[in-house]
Amino acid sequence: MAEIALHGTEHGHPSGITRWLFSTNHKDIGTLYLLFSLTMFFVGGTFAMVIRAELFKPGLQFVDALTFNQMTTMHALVMIFGAVMPAFVGLANWMIPLMIGAPDMALPRLNNWSFWILPFAFTLLLSTLFMPGGGPAGGWTMYPPLFLQTGMAFPFVIFAIHLMGISSVMGAINVITTVFNMRAPGMVFRKLPMFVWTWLITAFLLIAAMPVLAGAVTMLLTDKYFGTSFFNAAGGGDPVMFQHVFWFFGHPEVYIMILPAFGIVSQIVPTFARKPLFGYTSMIYAVGAIAILSFIVWGHHMFTVGMPLAGELFFMYSTILIAVPTGVKVFNWVATMWRGSLTFETPMLWALSFIVLFSIGGFSGLMLGLAPVDFQYQDTYFVVAHFHYVLVTGAVFAIVGGIHYWLPKWTGRMYDERLGKLHFWLSVISVNLLFFPQHFLGLAGMPRRVADYAVQYTEWNMMSSIGGFIFGASQLLFLYNVIRTIRGSGAKASDQVWEGAHGLEWTLPSPPPYHSFTTAPEVK
Amino acid sequence: MTTPANNRRLAWKLAFFAMAMIGFGYLLVPLYQVYCTRTGFNGTTGRIDYGDAVKRKVDTARWVTVEFVANVSGNLPWEFHPEVVRLKVHPGDLVLTRFHARNLGNAAIVGQAIPNVTPGEAAPYFHKIECFCFSQQPLAPGEGKDLPLQFQVDPQLPTTIGTLTLSYTFFEAPGVRADRRPAGDAARG
Repeated sequence: MAEIALHGTEHGHPSGITRWLFSTNHKDIGTLYLLFSLTMFFVGGTFAMVIRAELFKPGLQFVDALTFNQMTTMHALVMIFGAVMPAFVGLANWMIPLMIGAPDMALPRLNNWSFWILPFAFTLLLSTLFMPGGGPAGGWTMYPPLFLQTGMAFPFVIFAIHLMGISSVMGAINVITTVFNMRAPGMVFRKLPMFVWTWLITAFLLIAAMPVLAGAVTMLLTDKYFGTSFFNAAGGGDPVMFQHVFWFFGHPEVYIMILPAFGIVSQIVPTFARKPLFGYTSMIYAVGAIAILSFIVWGHHMFTVGMPLAGELFFMYSTILIAVPTGVKVFNWVATMWRGSLTFETPMLWALSFIVLFSIGGFSGLMLGLAPVDFQYQDTYFVVAHFHYVLVTGAVFAIVGGIHYWLPKWTGRMYDERLGKLHFWLSVISVNLLFFPQHFLGLAGMPRRVADYAVQYTEWNMMSSIGGFIFGASQLLFLYNVIRTIRGSGAKASDQVWEGAHGLEWTLPSPPPYHSFTTAPEVK
Repeated sequence: MTTPANNRRLAWKLAFFAMAMIGFGYLLVPLYQVYCTRTGFNGTTGRIDYGDAVKRKVDTARWVTVEFVANVSGNLPWEFHPEVVRLKVHPGDLVLTRFHARNLGNAAIVGQAIPNVTPGEAAPYFHKIECFCFSQQPLAPGEGKDLPLQFQVDPQLPTTIGTLTLSYTFFEAPGVRADRRPAGDAARG
């Protein structure tokens, strides 16, 4: 630690392009991650707009079915691996050292590398759209034998996923090492801010789950090109086994995308309720319990493959069990607000809507977790509605809330509160218009991943598309608000920024110096 | 800038753990195979010796219906069907039946049949003594073949199950060129 601190005091920071290319500074890398994520959010959003435009009415209007399937596949891959996960890693890079009183991340060069892999990974992935035969169209879940029919794009997709996996595992290693070894004196584990706790547990999930995905896609690769038969029935393999291996990764993955969101909300709610977080210890145990359970529930993604009754029951009960720690968390957030002196600045609005809308996604998750009814919901728009409620109004809302919450700290300037509120209200209304009707479509039997549909689904699809267009367009307000704050318009932010904010990060100036905590702070 | 030794040590430990998880991903493959054969999960059927099969007593008081389904995978130009679609058997009987396959294409092809029993709970009680799926089946253009199957339904079959469906799907054997491969080798369980 001493050596890193010394380095910081002796040199000024590099400027120009090399500052970003060779950066080992946690704030610069955090910024890079967040900008990358924002770019990918708009790229993936563009794919979503194509999907919603095509589904506006029955029949094929804008794209053919193959292009449509490429859009759904790419939308998922880009949003999951390009937008949500890098956004969380960016927030971790920025905030974890500030929150635990460390001068930087523990492994700064690894940090640089784990970011700069990502642009290459996404160049590989996005370039497939321009290849003969097009990009991957078999769904982000990559089930064989369908996904093995992908043309030239296939090896590009596999290697892009390898790179994304390497990047996030390296990021996770960095987070764990930082939290274990770089805490300021007195910053014991039971004083860690909730965001750090949730990220620490997420990092362990990443290290355990991402390599399994790497293994699964490598098996796909060797099945296609090297004559192995992992998933080829003719050679003694089993395509259903892919689903087991994939979802053994896939279910922890969905918690990787929500646990840091829990952390962000657990930072925002106490600030604007002006009360300490209710049930801090139970929050930690709840996150831990969710993380452990996430490794034994993968079968609920595949209730209909023909499982023995005992398997269905095991996966059903263990899935429903996850509602208990999740309920503890929601209860604690509500209890934190109970009799607090609440104010409703933009970050708080996002956090509140997170609590309500994520819970709706959780409830539809419970419905899907019941094996007998899942036979009806499987592969319908009900599933699409469910996971967009937990991922968009869950993960993305928490990220957007977190960005409004910490942006004044990062830039030293307040964002435009009126614009922030306008963006919030437009988003929260349109996102419900976008995804709520999809519940009804699913219950009525509309299958997911279809470019065309029967006429009785028209009205709900039109509403959903209109909601989608408004939601997509209102994100431009967010982009504008962020850019003008970065460029220095807006009132100067104080060090504490928010009246009710507590923690080491709020003791530093806004913006914090390039090298913060060169002498370890005192933690009381 | 050097990284303190304890950071590096922890990072390597975590990296090792990540590598081990790749290994675990691959370990899931044999684990899954063992699990399927033990439990009949996914309709995996078992193979037994004639000697073991004759030792089982025939339960003449009970009838079980066995249905046969024959499929051909998408790109294989074969015709394939069972001789009888449905048989009533006593549990413990040694039953012999036949399927027919014919190559309708103009090139020799080696096929491999993959069995599956529905419902999955019945799969561990369905024993094959002799089956054309144990080996690869080469067919010359236009050639037809009788494919025998000898099986036994275990007398232990739960009484709740009255009907089993045995389905075969013929695939082109992966990585085998028909013109280079003589008949009958590369046996498979």
